[in-house]
Amino acid sequence: MSKAVLDKWKDSDLSDVLLMCRDLVEDPEFPTVKRWREEGGKVLGHFQVYFPEELAHAAGMLPLKMRGASVEPILADARFGSYLCSIIKTSLEVVLNKSVQLDMFVTNPICDAARNLGPIFERNFEFKSQILYLPQNPNSSGSATYLAGEYDRLKQEIEEVSGVKITDEALKNSIGVFNENRALLRELYDLKRDTPWLVSAEDAYSLVCVGSMIPREEHNELLRDVLPKLRAQTAKEQDRMRVVFEGGFCEQPPLDLIRVVGRSCYIVDDDFLIGLRWILEDIPEDGDLLMALADAYLEKSSYSPVQHDLRKPKEDMLLKRVKAARADAVVVSAAKMCEPGLEEQVAYTHALDGKSLPYFVTEFEENMNSFDNLELQLETFMENLLFA
Amino acid sequence: MTEQNFTEDLIGRGNRDGAQLFRDWYKELSEVAERGDKAAYVFVMGSFNEIIKTFDMPVVFPEINSLQTAVRGVAKEYLGEAEDYGYSPDVCGYVKADVALQLRKGEHPMGRIPEPSMAVLTNACNTYLKWGEVWERMYDAPTFALDIPGSRSGLQAIGRKSVSFKNDRNYIEVQIEELITTCEEVSGKKFDIDKLREVLGYTNRMSTAWKRVIELNMASPSLFNALTDGTIYLGVANGFRGTEIGAEYFEALVEEMEYKAKNSIGTLTDEKYRLAFVGVPCYPIFRRFTELFTEWGGTFVNSTYLWFASGGANKGFQYDLENPIASLAEGTLYSVTDAMDSMFHQDRMLLDIIDDFGIDGIVYHPIKSCRTVSTGLADGRRSLSEQRDIPSLFIESDMMDSRVVSEAQLKNRADAFFEGLATRRQMAQS
Repeated sequence: MSKAVLDKWKDSDLSDVLLMCRDLVEDPEFPTVKRWREEGGKVLGHFQVYFPEELAHAAGMLPLKMRGASVEPILADARFGSYLCSIIKTSLEVVLNKSVQLDMFVTNPICDAARNLGPIFERNFEFKSQILYLPQNPNSSGSATYLAGEYDRLKQEIEEVSGVKITDEALKNSIGVFNENRALLRELYDLKRDTPWLVSAEDAYSLVCVGSMIPREEHNELLRDVLPKLRAQTAKEQDRMRVVFEGGFCEQPPLDLIRVVGRSCYIVDDDFLIGLRWILEDIPEDGDLLMALADAYLEKSSYSPVQHDLRKPKEDMLLKRVKAARADAVVVSAAKMCEPGLEEQVAYTHALDGKSLPYFVTEFEENMNSFDNLELQLETFMENLLFA
Repeated sequence: MTEQNFTEDLIGRGNRDGAQLFRDWYKELSEVAERGDKAAYVFVMGSFNEIIKTFDMPVVFPEINSLQTAVRGVAKEYLGEAEDYGYSPDVCGYVKADVALQLRKGEHPMGRIPEPSMAVLTNACNTYLKWGEVWERMYDAPTFALDIPGSRSGLQAIGRKSVSFKNDRNYIEVQIEELITTCEEVSGKKFDIDKLREVLGYTNRMSTAWKRVIELNMASPSLFNALTDGTIYLGVANGFRGTEIGAEYFEALVEEMEYKAKNSIGTLTDEKYRLAFVGVPCYPIFRRFTELFTEWGGTFVNSTYLWFASGGANKGFQYDLENPIASLAEGTLYSVTDAMDSMFHQDRMLLDIIDDFGIDGIVYHPIKSCRTVSTGLADGRRSLSEQRDIPSLFIESDMMDSRVVSEAQLKNRADAFFEGLATRRQMAQS
């Protein structure tokens, strides 16, 4: 079952489609989610970073990635103390102020703040709220069996909320839809990496992000339409540095910040919304499907500061990302008050120093609205590299 | 021994002996470091001291090392060094103090801390995992992340007979077997299951006694201050878990507390207000912080810290010595989940103790350094106040960083809180 929630876009110019995506990303009212609900659909909100959205999809629910919003946390502020990142507060705010209505909420213990969201939602709302314990010891021989069991538990919870029995057939179909989606996102990232002058940083970001709040079949349709049009453009390569942006795995920088960075250089790879691209290969559509989902999470996946895996030291993974993207430099960023991100900055910068790779360190907040200083500093950094 | 001598020896024995055990422990660690030997690094929530002690490895609790730098007034230097190394002021102070300690080759105000031979991390606090990554980068020592899934919703929502519980327990059991293999490789010793039984037996005795000590503080007047005395007991509960010394210490502590209860010997001479403490202590001004309350006749009769910082040992779980590994897995799941619940669902757990402990007010102390404990406190307080008419105080500072500790502000807030409590009591009496 899939309901279309985007405005009519199929006959629109590429620039209008991209504008629609940018507007949706910045809209704190989440109109596509409202449309889904108006059609009688149910919504499962899941907090960053990774969630097996196939399970919600197979039950006919809309999986909504809770990624905060550019809003003042007026109602949520009273429910938190100081020293916390913004996304924690705004993810609660958009539900408290009814911009988003959920039927179920799932967080996972990516960090000390995020795991608190489960009980906080539980105390504030009637709908089911819980924590999904993704394995933090992926190196254990027991982690895949455990995770498949945990997915089975989650599947039953989703069935209860949706009122829909998740059949193997439905789950197989969902895995297929998401496999296609991830393949299309990989194509988009290939485009960014190989011909970054054909897609701006903020458009690439918006095209990914819009998928987090619309049915994935519709996202696939959108990407299938847009990707060839992007490739067909005749823009020419400019003399810009190629950079990797690291630090967008959870709280998202405002679109304006991405635009500012993209004006100074080409962002040829990044970890924005990495959860949507966490699985790196197609998931098998036959056999034990829950085990296949679990195996993909553990064995065919990307990296982030909030997953502890001895096989994936984060600084080594960043260096691999830089090499694969043929990047000249790295923007090592972190959301304000994001402890894992700030801790990882130390490892990243030390590793980049070790390889004599230039980097630019910064912090951001989803609600920031002044970028002049950042732009000036970044341009100076880029000029230093260009004319070194 | 005369009755007077007996009393003098007994009262305060837990604090005296606890402090001595602590000094002995650090002296031993210093000797380990001086010999160039190493120690297993573990954390308070899910230390697996039982496994480490089975292999006779010396054990280091980095959280305790860090808080000691704050109590002894040198944390600022350690934090500064870690920040110079690149760490943000917004990162956990415990982590930063330890980074500096490692950069200083183990130099610590209580002695010298050996380098890690291995480390056991759990996910009870996510920062444990990030902290372990610091050592992974500094040392060629294995880190073992032992994953303990907590409550999915509500308190211990997973019943012991449920499929989920079995799935979680089996996962932990597999990991314990893998941890044992790691310990064998590091120590060069073969695993001895009878030694594990012996160690678990000591933990059983300690847990039984620890649960009893906390229960005894329902007495009026209260027998110990959960914040100050309780922190000493916690140090022993962690450092000496799974040892005969630890078991004997807590059994002696029960004896002391039972005597005090029987003879109505309170921790304050004039107890006026019985308080619960929620959060982590303010170590940079540890004594002074407590005085802000005791000066008004307020004493902390219980705290969530006693629960989670003992790794849930307060539940008194008893290991089945016939099935030691399976039982260790089950006990870990049960106890550490409870420790996590006492942070994330603190509102529900406080509701359970308000009447039994005769609590007049609750003091919430969220801190910059610890998002695990602090993130949900304001909402928990809101929720609790909707369910129960009980006064509370919400004061923010830190457990390590004196830059965000304002004694004057804390005092103003505490004074106003007590004035409110006094007014409330007067109105109730009139």
